[in-house]
Amino acid sequence: MPRLSYRRALTRALADELARDDAVFLLGEDVQVGASMVTTGLAKRFGAERVRDTPLSEQAFTSFATGAALAGLRPVIEFQIPSLLFLVFEQIVNHAHKFPLMTGGQCSVPVTYLVPGSGSRTGWAGQHSDHPYSLFAHVGVVTVVPATPADAYGLLVTAIRHDDPVVVFAPAGAMDVRDDIDDLVPVPLGRGRIHRFGDDVTVVAIGHLVHDALAVAEELADQVSVEVFDPRTLYPFDIDGLSESVARTGRLVVFDDGNRSCGMAAEIITSVVERVRLLAPPRRVTRPDGAVLPFAPALDRAVQPGRDQLTTAIHLTMKDSS
Amino acid sequence: MTEADPVRLYRTVRLIRRFEERAVELVHGGQIVGGIHPYLGQEGIAAGVCAALGADDVLAGTHRGHGHVLARGADPNRMLAELCGRTTGLNAGRGGSMHAADLSIGVLGANAIVGASGAIITGAVWARRRQGHDTVGVSFFGDGAVNEGMLLEAFNLAALWRVPVLFVCENNGYATTMPVAGAVAGSIAGRAAAFDIPAVEVDGQDPEAVRVAASAAVGRMRAGGGPELIEARTYRFDAHHTFEHAVRLDYRAPDEVTRGRARDPVRIQGERLCDTDRAAVDAEVEATLDAAVRFALASPEPDPADALTYLYASGLTARAGGG
Repeated sequence: MPRLSYRRALTRALADELARDDAVFLLGEDVQVGASMVTTGLAKRFGAERVRDTPLSEQAFTSFATGAALAGLRPVIEFQIPSLLFLVFEQIVNHAHKFPLMTGGQCSVPVTYLVPGSGSRTGWAGQHSDHPYSLFAHVGVVTVVPATPADAYGLLVTAIRHDDPVVVFAPAGAMDVRDDIDDLVPVPLGRGRIHRFGDDVTVVAIGHLVHDALAVAEELADQVSVEVFDPRTLYPFDIDGLSESVARTGRLVVFDDGNRSCGMAAEIITSVVERVRLLAPPRRVTRPDGAVLPFAPALDRAVQPGRDQLTTAIHLTMKDSS
Repeated sequence: MTEADPVRLYRTVRLIRRFEERAVELVHGGQIVGGIHPYLGQEGIAAGVCAALGADDVLAGTHRGHGHVLARGADPNRMLAELCGRTTGLNAGRGGSMHAADLSIGVLGANAIVGASGAIITGAVWARRRQGHDTVGVSFFGDGAVNEGMLLEAFNLAALWRVPVLFVCENNGYATTMPVAGAVAGSIAGRAAAFDIPAVEVDGQDPEAVRVAASAAVGRMRAGGGPELIEARTYRFDAHHTFEHAVRLDYRAPDEVTRGRARDPVRIQGERLCDTDRAAVDAEVEATLDAAVRFALASPEPDPADALTYLYASGLTARAGGG
């Protein structure tokens, strides 16, 4: 049973897809040397033509990938910094995402946008610490946030093979997670995973927060039976799987490293309460409204959703229904 | 270098001219909703550039894009049906005037975001060449686009990676109502020079002059050259958009418009034909467009239940919006 880090699982997925399909190529900033430590070794193995370093022209190389996809290739772009997605939101949403409909089904745009190190990296401050997955889910771009090495491998492989644009957020907080993996296999989009079964409350945790939720669930094990649900894909969302879980537990807390207003937690809660009658009001633990991560480590941590907040939310949910 | 074919070039500019005039009538008649950005006056550019291309080449147009699609050889029936929002349209009624495109003939979209097509075409041409094709590409844009960072980044990328893209700036003097002098520091050709991209200025009102310039550029690119730029000086005969037919915007002096319209690409190319040939082309174009109007207006409207068909190429379905 090989032990694999999340980061190496991403590398392995890229290598396997580059080897499997000649239409796949990788581009981004400093990908040949592997500044993000995800693309390490790929240029040597697959050549500079298929592992392309770009100038700092995010808008141009994002649309370059759209054009290459229109012409039959399967580009994977690595973005070094999550906040760069704000710069290329236009190119992804207005072009890559809209072309199939606007052309009446004449084309597909199979581009994968890989964001290793999304969210806080501790001490990288305001313009390097965003985790903007809710924006892509909102506009309807396929959005995945794997929590484990196996899912990082499986979802990245699936994203590359998918015929529409997919954004893969690899949270900074999960990059060094290591796991024993039996099989490296593709993971289907839109299918959640229950990491821990429980009877009293369903905690939906996104990305690296899955590991925090599991730790909290373990800590509370003698008081509350917590089920931890990892959606893995945020759009399309596995609402059937989550509804089934909440229908059993009757309680819902969402643990989401995004801003509160119009965030993923709001969408998840709404989608559940449209279907399931809860025993207590649902709760969410998120970044604050309009969060900009401050530099100083204590402030950076203060703005991120934390284990204490989750513990409190679980207790309040239990109290509200007692 | 493509051969001169004055009759064919005249047929293209005449087809675009009359197509646009018919389309404006259909806007006024309510059969085309949302209006159009007429290509009237600029026909010589699309016609001249597309006459220089081969079957394996690709292009991307703009919101003022009917001319590019027609000059590339799209079916006028399906083009007009698209403007009328019918299921038989090139884009099955999902694109309309600003996005009508025919990917089967290498029109990789008509893009209404100014300056967006340069990088898309650069990527498409690079990809096709990697797959063994001898493709060159054309990115059409207006003078307004030369102040968009996205386009300047595309200049850099195409030049850096020597991707054979012909950047065609249709300089009609105005970005909507903003005159070039009020918007462009330096010059358009100077922007190309900054990236070592060869640039020429041509008279966009002379379809043959455009064809000659484009053909020379395509020949150099086909022989291994990198991107080039053509600045085609032109004049928009009609409104930025047909909404101006109802709301008069005061930004072009009447005598300027009169002077601009005097240099008419359809007349200039038409004078290169004998009267008999010209009359034959005119009659054939009218018959083609009569048929196109009949085809478009007789075509079915899409079913509202299918509004989001084609949203995802993968077959993913979106949740409905109702309660």
